[in-house]
Amino acid sequence: MTKIIEPKKQRNIFSRPSSEEGVWSWITTVDHKRIGIMYGYAAFFFLLVGGLEALLLRIQLSQPDNNFLSAAEYNAMFTMHGTTMIFLAIMPISAAFFNYLLPLQIGARDVAFPRLNALSFWIFIAGGLFLYSTFLFGTAGAPEGGYLAEEVSRLASAPNGGWFGYQPNAGLKYSPGTAMDYWAIGLQILGIASLVSAFNFITTILNMRTKGMRLMRMPVFTWMTFAVSFLLAFSLPIIAIALFFVTFDRQFGTTFFLTEGGGDPVLWQHLFWLFGHPEVYILILPAFGIVSEVLPTFSRKPLFGYPAIVFAGFGIAFIGFGVWAHHMFASAISPVAQAGFGLSTMIIAVPTGVKIFNWLGTIWGGRLTLNTPMLFALGFIGMFVIGGLSGVTHSVVPADTQQTDTYYIVAHFHYVLFGGALFGIFSGLYFWFPKVWGRMYNETMGKIHFWLMIIGFNLTFGPMHWLGLQGQVRRTWVYAEETNLGFWNLIVTIGAFILAIATLVFMANWIYSRRKGEVAPFDPWDARTIEWSIPSPTPVWNFSNAPEVKSLDDFWHQKYGEDEDGRAVRREGTDELLLQLEEEGLNPKEEIHLPSPSYFPVVMAFGLPFLGYAIIYKSIPLALIGVIMLLIGGFGWGTEPLEEEFESSEEEPESGESKNYE
Amino acid sequence: MSDAHAYPHEPTGVETRKLGFWVFLSTEILFFGTLITTFLIFKGRDFPGIKLTDVYDIPFTSVSSFVLLMSSLTMVLAHNALETNDQEKTRVWLLATAMLGAVFLAGQIYEFTEFYHKGFELSTNIFSSTFYVLTGFHGLHVFIGVVLLLALWGIGQRQKGLSLNEGMNLEFIALYWHFVDIVWIVLFTVVYLI
Repeated sequence: MTKIIEPKKQRNIFSRPSSEEGVWSWITTVDHKRIGIMYGYAAFFFLLVGGLEALLLRIQLSQPDNNFLSAAEYNAMFTMHGTTMIFLAIMPISAAFFNYLLPLQIGARDVAFPRLNALSFWIFIAGGLFLYSTFLFGTAGAPEGGYLAEEVSRLASAPNGGWFGYQPNAGLKYSPGTAMDYWAIGLQILGIASLVSAFNFITTILNMRTKGMRLMRMPVFTWMTFAVSFLLAFSLPIIAIALFFVTFDRQFGTTFFLTEGGGDPVLWQHLFWLFGHPEVYILILPAFGIVSEVLPTFSRKPLFGYPAIVFAGFGIAFIGFGVWAHHMFASAISPVAQAGFGLSTMIIAVPTGVKIFNWLGTIWGGRLTLNTPMLFALGFIGMFVIGGLSGVTHSVVPADTQQTDTYYIVAHFHYVLFGGALFGIFSGLYFWFPKVWGRMYNETMGKIHFWLMIIGFNLTFGPMHWLGLQGQVRRTWVYAEETNLGFWNLIVTIGAFILAIATLVFMANWIYSRRKGEVAPFDPWDARTIEWSIPSPTPVWNFSNAPEVKSLDDFWHQKYGEDEDGRAVRREGTDELLLQLEEEGLNPKEEIHLPSPSYFPVVMAFGLPFLGYAIIYKSIPLALIGVIMLLIGGFGWGTEPLEEEFESSEEEPESGESKNYE
Repeated sequence: MSDAHAYPHEPTGVETRKLGFWVFLSTEILFFGTLITTFLIFKGRDFPGIKLTDVYDIPFTSVSSFVLLMSSLTMVLAHNALETNDQEKTRVWLLATAMLGAVFLAGQIYEFTEFYHKGFELSTNIFSSTFYVLTGFHGLHVFIGVVLLLALWGIGQRQKGLSLNEGMNLEFIALYWHFVDIVWIVLFTVVYLI
């Protein structure tokens, strides 16, 4: 039983939110764990939406000359599928892991700026809703005389210029209507969310580490979060400025990317991919971090070559800024640049390969436990290697110009981002499920999920390699009967539906296990890092006492010593230690003051979409609403203290105001 | 409050909020870097219509640049005054900084209006577009800075005045303000002088 002290008095214009349960407690929360969970659910919702869009695309392509979707609808669907999966599904689901795990892994009570954390989350929600409001309010016209002119349904009123928004196609002339404005401004808003979270995570990792948690003792997942935060912080400003230019071009008649006014469409490509390639690593590095936690745990061996894997991660992040033009080999760039970027593309495969060998070295000779998270981690290695190898083929410029805009590319990046990032994420979702919910997931259903997923995945994306090499062009809504591409396209569509079924199994498992799963012990995996040394589900206050870390994989070394042959031997008294840890974790001796919840992050975040609408519809009232919300939020934020003042502790036990937590 | 600080943190020795602020400033460099790069790419190209060199008035902009530089000095004086806990002087220098910033902004608005009347409009050509977006983006930063300074000045009117360690921190706003000044030195050189 622990006392969490209630605020003494309300000292602000608005009374401070105080509910601890119900909707408002979630809306106003600044607890990194709750924010992480909300990130997870919101991102999973968008993952389902993006998946649904992909299924529509696959139904259309399941047979030649199909008429399920119109060309305009197809364009909108592939644009929204890409945009959703990247910005609204994978990035935020990684953010969910960062939020939940980062403070636990470094032994902190929360992130450095809890309210800023809430702000990131709500800006993400606001941006996602803004982007999707295009289905309600947006219009996607057709260029005069264009073949898309025949019909514009609601489904086609979404952005249709591709997630890459190439100019001048995404400019006003070829994409009239407001849909692409929703896209440009929506991404702008989402970018702010990620940028703010990057500040937060960098500061948290540098400054919130517990005693003894030196940099080289941090878990690899924390290291990868660190690398991703730097990538976000240094790549998002570039796309932000580029999106400014797009918005100016579309709204205020400038010609940054339009040749008729002296602008340069290739400049958009440079700016976009200068962001876009680091973005690829933003999506994959969190998964690298997750499997680097899962593999050692279930191999019962330390991670092979910890410093190598850390430095390789940063090597990837660094070189990732120097390979962007390999997305543009078919564009007007000089042969020297092509050769240079071809080389740097080969070079970036080296640190990635280092990691692969580290993981193989980790499982080599280990006592493997093949449960669901481990299966997903192993699947991740296999699928990612395939995607990585097809990636290296793109560094060969003549071959790449053949592959550009074919399904070979689609196959490649789905092997990396689905077989890589998403498999890693599923591995992590199962691995930390007991820590988050205090219950075990259902192992059988988990394994069914894995096998359905890996079969469905390879059926979906494997054949795309040869479809692409045979010349099927991506972003095209039909293909002719005579091309003989029908058979493999049908297989691909069947694979996509198997993936959908696999996802349903995952959801069923999740819902069932959260309610009825076995109660989880706090260290079900005999794990290595300190987040497993506290009770499951994680108490609101995380650690009762600030842990002191003495080595890498500190929790493991508390439990295990070594015999003369270097084998792990469970220390005497480990069972007692665990009992004691659980007891202490549930019953902190001191009063714990946590940051108080706040309305202002939500208020500020939802001011931004109003500013977006104001730009699109040139509306002063909407702009005023947006500015006022930002001002109220900012002013309230600036004047409210992070924590309310507290009753002095002597009076507390009698006052009856303290809340008890189990 | 103090209890929260008993939990060990800040292994870098830099105050957490200040560290976060430095990270924020480092991304600002990339915002301006991207804009300046775009400006330089387009600068060397041919474009139709009126050019900046046809309309600008370097002596005028030099004076407003000088005003902005002086505001950095008053900002330092405000910080110094707060270090000796001289609330009165802190407020005076803060207000002076905000006013100098406002003068710079007024100069920029005047300049933009002049350019517009001479036919150098946002969509005249690619050069004018980059010029307005680049200097406008900086102007927006100065504007936000002035608002922050005035807010800080307002908070300083309270009974207990300002403090170096609490609340909206004078030091962060000073960092921001110096940053915006330094960016202007680069912009003035790149846009007007070379």
